[in-house]
Amino acid sequence: MPWTKSISKPDAPKKTASNTGIERRLKYSEAILEATAELLASDPNVFVIGEGVDDSGGVFGTTRGLAERFGPKRVLDTPLAENAMTGIAIGAAIAGMRPILVHMRMDFTPLSMDQIINHAAKWHYMFGGRAKVPLTIRGIIGRGWGSGAQHSQSLHPLFAHIPGLKVVMPATPYDAKGLLRSAVLDDNPVIFIEHRRLFDIAGHVPEGPYTVEIGKAAVSRYGTDVTIAALSQMNIEALAAAETLENDGISCEVIDLRSVKPLDSALVTSSVRKTGRLIVAEPGWRDFAVGAELITRVAEEAIDAFRAAPMRITLPECPTPAGPSLEEAFYPGSIDITAAVKRLLNK
Amino acid sequence: MRNDLSSYGLTTMTKPLLVRIYVTMLRIRMFEEKIVELYPTQEMKCPVHLCIGQEAIATGVCATLEKKDYVFSNHRGHGHLLAKGCLMGPLFAEIYGKATGCSRGKGGSMHLIDIDNGIMGTSAIVGGGIPLGVGSALASQLRNEDRVTVIFFGDGAFEEGAFYESFNFAALKSLPVVFVCENNFYATNSPQNARQAACRISDTASAFGSRGVCVDGNDVLEVYKAAADAVLHARKGLGPTLIEARTYRWKGHVGHEPDYANGDRTKEELDDWIKRCPIDAMSGFMLKNNIASADEMVRVKNAIDAEIEAAVGFARRSPLPAPTELLTDVYA
Repeated sequence: MPWTKSISKPDAPKKTASNTGIERRLKYSEAILEATAELLASDPNVFVIGEGVDDSGGVFGTTRGLAERFGPKRVLDTPLAENAMTGIAIGAAIAGMRPILVHMRMDFTPLSMDQIINHAAKWHYMFGGRAKVPLTIRGIIGRGWGSGAQHSQSLHPLFAHIPGLKVVMPATPYDAKGLLRSAVLDDNPVIFIEHRRLFDIAGHVPEGPYTVEIGKAAVSRYGTDVTIAALSQMNIEALAAAETLENDGISCEVIDLRSVKPLDSALVTSSVRKTGRLIVAEPGWRDFAVGAELITRVAEEAIDAFRAAPMRITLPECPTPAGPSLEEAFYPGSIDITAAVKRLLNK
Repeated sequence: MRNDLSSYGLTTMTKPLLVRIYVTMLRIRMFEEKIVELYPTQEMKCPVHLCIGQEAIATGVCATLEKKDYVFSNHRGHGHLLAKGCLMGPLFAEIYGKATGCSRGKGGSMHLIDIDNGIMGTSAIVGGGIPLGVGSALASQLRNEDRVTVIFFGDGAFEEGAFYESFNFAALKSLPVVFVCENNFYATNSPQNARQAACRISDTASAFGSRGVCVDGNDVLEVYKAAADAVLHARKGLGPTLIEARTYRWKGHVGHEPDYANGDRTKEELDDWIKRCPIDAMSGFMLKNNIASADEMVRVKNAIDAEIEAAVGFARRSPLPAPTELLTDVYA
């Protein structure tokens, strides 16, 4: 059934600085699974909890086999009670555990907003640093195949608004593994947002544990004419656009933001100082989102660097439609980024 | 209260424990009365939710716990903290917003903590602390630790989805946790019968195949007995108990004054409950059963007076946190 599979085509691995050494390729979903297994094996305080984490599908393969390997006390299925389950994970974290809470759909996290915003984000500050919440919350974004309004949303700006939370959105298998390890080892609540379109994409993933620093963006393609800062799956679109534009003699620098909070605006600013042009592409709505924040920060630091007004590639201001024609119109892709770059360069 | 220990099924209860229970209730009462006295000076610059009238519940429950056991509490938490072993100094200092406060001046009266005594924090979102307590109980179970969690919440929290979601999970996993609902019959000014269909909170436990008991929350020995049974049940790995302890708050929802003047509750109702003061009842019980003399009780009161004066002095002398503290502790 296509519903249960990622429907994107495998893509070439990105030319990241981290893509070094002997090539060992894993899918994005396998990278998450491997990071989780390594964490479970090395730290008895780590456990996985969420609806269906021990079932045959294994959350698109990201938890497949873990229950069999580590047992029901390390991989726990739950009732359909997102708010309490989030609070229960927070309470376990306050008591010293390092839970990985899995939401099969990001759209289910609004049910747990009280626990995330009022409790997880504030328990450290509110008590003057005497308690901490080392919790990772995984949320999965959908796209396509009629996922519709309640099975597709990213919602990353909602979480990024809140002091006390960290938000990461890896786009490559390498970063998925490294950022998940960083998130779980972090002493703060981290919202870890995955994109289903990325799950089947393979890339270089080293064997054994490693971390990718939270709050650090990465240049995934060097260029001189325009900076495209992209989040999550929009990196795939941005790199495809850059490839196309190269044939037209336009050189794009693509930055994979990787983290939303903390947001690495410094790397983007230094890139814009070189290119003078900025496009921000994210898999969410425009208003009050990463584009708005990032463009503001770059302007605050380097307003004179802009040679053209910055642009945002975002979702149209409506809920996600389900039917194929509307869905096709809804999601921006590499064609939209290509067109935006050309507009920016008056070409 | 009843006539003697045997009528509670508590014949093995020692005299020192009974005295300690009395002292704890009186410490909570006098702590809160000191706030009533000082609050009009406006040196305490935060809302206070006082538990005067409800002292028997925190006291009776926490008397059954060990230091290692966990407690999660709510916005009306002073009594829970004191009963679980927190010192008065860091509590007063926190209410004064001082750097020496238990939350280093960042929490105020509604956000108190004392990790060393097992108090893992207090949430001012009604029902918000309930899943947290179930989570710490889950942690204890996963680690095979002999540790019970007690969650204190009010009758309003019983209406929150978080309660049902959490209780179901605790029952499902037979977690070592005791749910203590302090039913004072009012959520701010709204009476229980305007909010709840059945007004039998403890009955709910049976829907989850768990134990529920309803006790007189102003009878500290009745509370103690119910809590001791529930804690033992939890330690044996038999799962949660829902204790509904019925009581009454003598002051308004927030602040240092009674609230009958606003018309939502009557003075007659308050006066009836004052006649059922849990501390007067316990002192009467102790005199009748020759557990303590009137002189001993006066000495206890004087000692608490001195403790309070010292704690308030400590709080007032303590420095406020520097403005540079504003941005510390956002991230661990």
